[in-house]
Amino acid sequence: MPSPIIRIDNILKTYGPLTVLDGLSMDVMPGEKLALIGPSGSGKTTILRILMTLEKINGGHIEVDGDQLYHMQKAGSLAAADEKHLQKMRTKIGMVFQHFNLFPHKCVLDNITLAPMLTKGETKTAAEARAMELLDMVGMAEKAKHMPAQLSGGQKQRVAIARALALSPKIMLFDEVTSALDPELVEEVLNVMRKLAAETDMTMLLVTHEMGFAHDFADRVLFFDKGRIVEEGKPDDIFRNPRQERTQNFLRKIIAAGHRV
Amino acid sequence: MIDWSGYIGLILQGALVTVELTVMGSALALVMAFTAGLGRMSRFAAVRALATVYIEFFRGTSIFVQLFWAYFVLPFAGITLTPMQAGVLALGLNVGAYGAEVVRGAVRAIGREQLEACVALNLGRYHRMRHVILPQALPLMLPTFGNNAIELLKGTAVVSLISLTDMTFQAQVVRAQTGSTLIPFATILVLYFAMAMAVSAGVRWLERRASRGLDGMRV
Repeated sequence: MPSPIIRIDNILKTYGPLTVLDGLSMDVMPGEKLALIGPSGSGKTTILRILMTLEKINGGHIEVDGDQLYHMQKAGSLAAADEKHLQKMRTKIGMVFQHFNLFPHKCVLDNITLAPMLTKGETKTAAEARAMELLDMVGMAEKAKHMPAQLSGGQKQRVAIARALALSPKIMLFDEVTSALDPELVEEVLNVMRKLAAETDMTMLLVTHEMGFAHDFADRVLFFDKGRIVEEGKPDDIFRNPRQERTQNFLRKIIAAGHRV
Repeated sequence: MIDWSGYIGLILQGALVTVELTVMGSALALVMAFTAGLGRMSRFAAVRALATVYIEFFRGTSIFVQLFWAYFVLPFAGITLTPMQAGVLALGLNVGAYGAEVVRGAVRAIGREQLEACVALNLGRYHRMRHVILPQALPLMLPTFGNNAIELLKGTAVVSLISLTDMTFQAQVVRAQTGSTLIPFATILVLYFAMAMAVSAGVRWLERRASRGLDGMRV
């Protein structure tokens, strides 16, 4: 039995008087594909943002790939992580955002090669060769020299996925990556993610409202409400036979809103 | 009959001094604008405080007084400057203080999501600024920098008060010697305007270059 690649232990996250995550604990195994579902404000996106070190935690511990994320060993005791430690930890994790967050002043190729060249010291030639491989995988190779403003939302998101992959993270976080897309563009992004899940053993955490996709993609589904995990299990169990009333209500509302399961 | 060619030559010599002051003053202002503008967003409280004091002080006091301090008061502290040095120092520090707020505003205008993308790609603080934030903020700064440069150009006339022979100073010399007011002042009016036009055109050219590919869209 391998040990978990992510260990979240009793974390607390508050914004002022608002408690977003309330003593949350969960483990993720290496290679696992996890779907986080739940109503907005339930804390699922916050977990991804915390794992990407975009938010600080107010309590608890997180271990990623054997190391503390927000803490480090200093003179024999645990201290708050400094920027250097965070940078080391970030090499293990990549993230794709709802709104793509491409760099608008750089062409597709430069968006992808920037970080590998700056953070891993890759040569331009090596970084571009790898970027072209990734662009080929997401079906965007012929747009390498285009500027982000010239792409559709679906194309931007596929570039954003390639950009995150260029750093070869062990863990990929997908934060509602199709929510900002026109309906007809959703499928091209989901296809890339299916391919990714099939071809790599990367650990993936996915926050989504695409229940059908979550069902097919995930090994395990976690239903969140009010900063806690209400129910978790295999996709079939969660989507076909949810045990908790809150899960049932949520899925009913989602189906009523036109999302397919 | 006055031989104007000699007098116009005098004014053109003054024009050269004005250009020199404008170029060097702008260069210093640019350095100060970025230093203080970025300093004001530093994570170190002492740097932020220092930048804020500089900006508020130089925006809040008159350029005349600053120039007089640079030229007449600093010598008491053992620092003697030539009129040109004093002029560049006062103009650069004064306009730089305004520019600092332009830099800060433009950097702040770049969305948080760009910074988050940088964090997710593990870019360090320097790389974020250098490769992602500043290249996008620069096109936002340029129109106001153009304004500031023209203000600085026109502000150079104050150095005639510390006997620097700039364009305005020479025009007054010509007026005193010829008794004609119209011709020297009309000449410098046209020359100041031409220089301001040149600054405008230069800044517009830079704007086009800096925003190439952005297509006016932020993603």
